[in-house]
Amino acid sequence: MADEDDDLEQPAGLRPFWSGTITFGLVTVPVALFTATRPRGVSLRMIEPETQSTIQRRYVCSKDEEPLDNDDIVRGYEIEKGKFVVVTDYELSAIEPRKSREIDLRLFVDRDEIDPMYFERAYFLVPAGGTNKAYRLLAEAMQRTKQAGIATFVMRAKEYLVAILAENGILRAETLRFADDLRSPEDVGLDDIPKPAGADVKKFEEQIARHTKKQVDLHDLLDDYTEQLEKLVAQKEKKGDHVIGMPEESSGGGGAGGGGAEVVDLLQVLSRSLGEAGAVRKSPKKTTTTAKRSSGTKRASSTKRTSSAKRASGTKRAPTTKARKTAGAKKR
Amino acid sequence: MAARAIWKGIVHVGTLQVPVKLYSAVQDHSIRFRLLHKTDHAPVKQQLVSSVSGDVVTYESVRKAFPIARGRMVMLAAEELEKLTPEESRDIEVARFVDSGAIDHRWYERAYYLGPDGNERAYAAAAEAMEKKQKEGLAKWVMRGKSYVGALRAEDGYLMLIALRHAEEVIDAAALTPPTGRPLAERELEMAEQLLSALHGAFDPAQFHDEYRARVIDLVETKAAGKKPKIAKFQPRKTKEDQITDALEASLAGMKRKARG
Repeated sequence: MADEDDDLEQPAGLRPFWSGTITFGLVTVPVALFTATRPRGVSLRMIEPETQSTIQRRYVCSKDEEPLDNDDIVRGYEIEKGKFVVVTDYELSAIEPRKSREIDLRLFVDRDEIDPMYFERAYFLVPAGGTNKAYRLLAEAMQRTKQAGIATFVMRAKEYLVAILAENGILRAETLRFADDLRSPEDVGLDDIPKPAGADVKKFEEQIARHTKKQVDLHDLLDDYTEQLEKLVAQKEKKGDHVIGMPEESSGGGGAGGGGAEVVDLLQVLSRSLGEAGAVRKSPKKTTTTAKRSSGTKRASSTKRTSSAKRASGTKRAPTTKARKTAGAKKR
Repeated sequence: MAARAIWKGIVHVGTLQVPVKLYSAVQDHSIRFRLLHKTDHAPVKQQLVSSVSGDVVTYESVRKAFPIARGRMVMLAAEELEKLTPEESRDIEVARFVDSGAIDHRWYERAYYLGPDGNERAYAAAAEAMEKKQKEGLAKWVMRGKSYVGALRAEDGYLMLIALRHAEEVIDAAALTPPTGRPLAERELEMAEQLLSALHGAFDPAQFHDEYRARVIDLVETKAAGKKPKIAKFQPRKTKEDQITDALEASLAGMKRKARG
């Protein structure tokens, strides 16, 4: 039940996860934080086969099965088996460090110095508060000096160690694992490995050389399952096998099956947010460029859902999808 | 205390095999709350209900459907989905090797240590060969009904397997357009760089600890003892755009003072 706490406030991806300020020295950079990863695969909807109605999840009390609204639910910390101390949102935010709305960068380190093992999850930072100058200044300075800012901050009742990185003029926050949360081989109980025999090493070296490729082809990371599922669905759709209408009231998303019928394009939201701040007050000409650019991105950046729909109906995939797939292989 | 292996498999490097045990390299210490009913503090549970009738539906009777276009879905039978589940296997197939570091960390999802499962000689040889050649492998395997793609790495004589995110999960910054505006003044950029170098240091992860976690536990214990927790308020800072130069100058001046004193 570890995750049930998150169910109440599942972020839709469109809204920022967090908004606040990054500070370095006395300079403040107002930002909003969006996730840089999206859920894998397709979210299937749950259906009641007889009535073909969609299914919703609801919370009920485990004692009397009484249905509960969010207002009827509180958080509890189990101090001993079956005994809880109730903790309110107000209390949780009150014990946040004084500067919980700030990511205060008091330390900058060389980017390459961070062991990749520490990286946990990526977020994009977009300028907020109608101005982007400080944002661009920090991004440019970090990019030129190949540095990353390090800080801790609290978000959604959890403290994060975070690295702020700049790439392509865009700031990214990468949450890092705390050293306490990473095990060493000794922690795991791995014994010292004996020195290998030279002949054995040679054999492996030969096999490695034979299977070495220059480029990482991230097409290999394609989700076979999703592809197969889409194929199956396309076949059934063609034959009219179990194609049903979706009840109107459920098309707005909500609880059923974990995902809404409409997948909103995170890329579009990000592009719009990145374009908005700073450009607003400028001449009308500027605003047009911004609009053009974001609609350009919109075209190029099909969502998981639209690209799968396209594939299912036999249309070729947008070229950017491929670009996105291989881009992760870039060497830094 | 030694950790328990979570899975056993066989790494295939070309024609060679290395039997291994998987151990999680990550131990999450974060606090988990339970959701409770406000009035009686009983834990809540989830129920499935029909959106039309409001009747409770059992999980077994539910069918899955794939939304195809606005307002239409294809219903899938349990057997059809069953067929798509990858077949169980103990094989960790290394499809190819690439230069160490070629797989960007943004693809990393979860790290595992591999320990030898019987054949220590092969394990040691594989690790040494990979380190000598400075290569890492791109591997595929099926674990508990799910297929994984991962990076096989060698470090200090040990093998690690890092489960990678799938291609569709990662949004590339190159697909986004950076914010634009009037060109930045070189003087401001220089000051910003000076500020960064004044704040520059070594990265020592061990110096950071989850302090909030300790506070939450403190709060819980205070409440459990029937005492009242302390509450404080926070005011955010804000720099106006025309004050950035001043803020940079003031920051640099402040640092010089600190360095001198």
